[in-house]
Amino acid sequence: MSRYSKIIVFFISLWPIYIITYQIIFNQLGPEPVDRIINHFGEWTLIFILLTLSMTPMRKITKSLEWIKFRRMLGLFAFFYASIHMLSYVGLDYRFDFKPLINDVLKKKFIFIGFSAWLLLIPLALTSSEKMVRLLKQNWKKIHRLIYVIAIFGVLHFIWLSKTIFFKPLIFLIILIILLLFRIKITKSASKI
Amino acid sequence: MIKFKNSEITPENIYKNRRNFIKKFGLAAGSVFLSQNFNVSANALSNQEDLKLTEYRYVTTYNNYYEFGTGKSDPVERSQKFKTKPWNVTIDGEVENPISLSMEEIISMFPSEERIYKLRCVEGWSMIIPWLGFPLNKLLKKASPTSKGKFVKFTSVLDPEQMIGQKFPILDWPYKEGLRVDEAMHDLTILVTGLYGKQLPNQNGAPLRLIVPWKYGFKSAKAIINIKLVEKMPVSSWMKASPREYGFYSNVNPNVDHPRWSQATERVIGEGIISPRIPTTMFNGYEDEVASLYSGMDLKKNY
Repeated sequence: MSRYSKIIVFFISLWPIYIITYQIIFNQLGPEPVDRIINHFGEWTLIFILLTLSMTPMRKITKSLEWIKFRRMLGLFAFFYASIHMLSYVGLDYRFDFKPLINDVLKKKFIFIGFSAWLLLIPLALTSSEKMVRLLKQNWKKIHRLIYVIAIFGVLHFIWLSKTIFFKPLIFLIILIILLLFRIKITKSASKI
Repeated sequence: MIKFKNSEITPENIYKNRRNFIKKFGLAAGSVFLSQNFNVSANALSNQEDLKLTEYRYVTTYNNYYEFGTGKSDPVERSQKFKTKPWNVTIDGEVENPISLSMEEIISMFPSEERIYKLRCVEGWSMIIPWLGFPLNKLLKKASPTSKGKFVKFTSVLDPEQMIGQKFPILDWPYKEGLRVDEAMHDLTILVTGLYGKQLPNQNGAPLRLIVPWKYGFKSAKAIINIKLVEKMPVSSWMKASPREYGFYSNVNPNVDHPRWSQATERVIGEGIISPRIPTTMFNGYEDEVASLYSGMDLKKNY
């Protein structure tokens, strides 16, 4: 079972692609298809970031090491969906028209912070391999702590684009806070030892 | 996704055919729907060559109506049982003759005419919608506003039992909007009772809503129960929620960005993935008709 678990998780993680493919084929993207695609991948990016962050707490809770082996894959999926999200915004919505795009990125804080989060994901994706872990040694951990910044940026990105207090971004915020509190607890109990 | 039965789609087809028929044979003059005013609104959009109507299913399933929830499909899903009968509208405040009218009285007093307007949402999308309604000034004149009435305040219904969104502090309920009196008296400003030749669906603001085509969509209050002439500029629900982002005027203006996003372009609803954004036009294409209302005003300051 556990031999196949990674493959199974891989195919489950493609779920957002299955959904959007279905909706494209059966013409169910609705009145604002471009917006739909952008939001779809944006939300899934956040879900995968939160999933990645929940692997360590799950290991502690269940006392099973199984979880950790999915962490890299989930993180890479987060980067993958973030890239589709960003590309559909740049390509589908703005047709690679860089003048208004640069204006948006620099002037609009929610786009600026979202774009920054995507940029910060790049070094994490590039140093995700086993080889890089060995090569970077202690620095690897430091670099990958960026995920906390990225997660906060990502959730802020979602909150700031909403016109008023919306339900969904708040759910993401609450889950993120719980996952971050877990870290504080872990480091505190670790420092006691 | 809400699916429509064929029977519900048919009227749109008949509707479009009728319109084509009228266009072809130039019968506009005799039509109740296509009155002279239609020409006014059509001319206003003449710089955009096609007045291609947004499909009925999009007009009635993609709505911002936070009384029923913040999702675009929440209004259609949650408003079908909303009671619009009986419905009374009061016109009071700085008027000589305060009045209270039932919807039936309003409909019989003010014959509806068709206005095809572009609706530009502050979020950056637009639709072309054939509204049925009548100029707000006709109703206001019945109440004889006094010279003290400088602004008009619109209040929508407060009914959290029927409107689930009102149970949450999304906005300052009930929804409040406002216009300057000259904006309210402008011939393009209408009260709407229907669309696509039919009764106004609940999700679009039944039984009575405002449409001010040169302003962002949120200015056009839905399910109105009170229209009050006031001396001082009223504070709308959106101004209260975020004064920096939503000003009193909220005229469509490609040169004045929303603090968090650009207003230079818009996506046309229903045009699909392949079609690009179109440039947003000054006063949503009604510049010739309304620019004079704001002459000498700094529109960047008075956003």
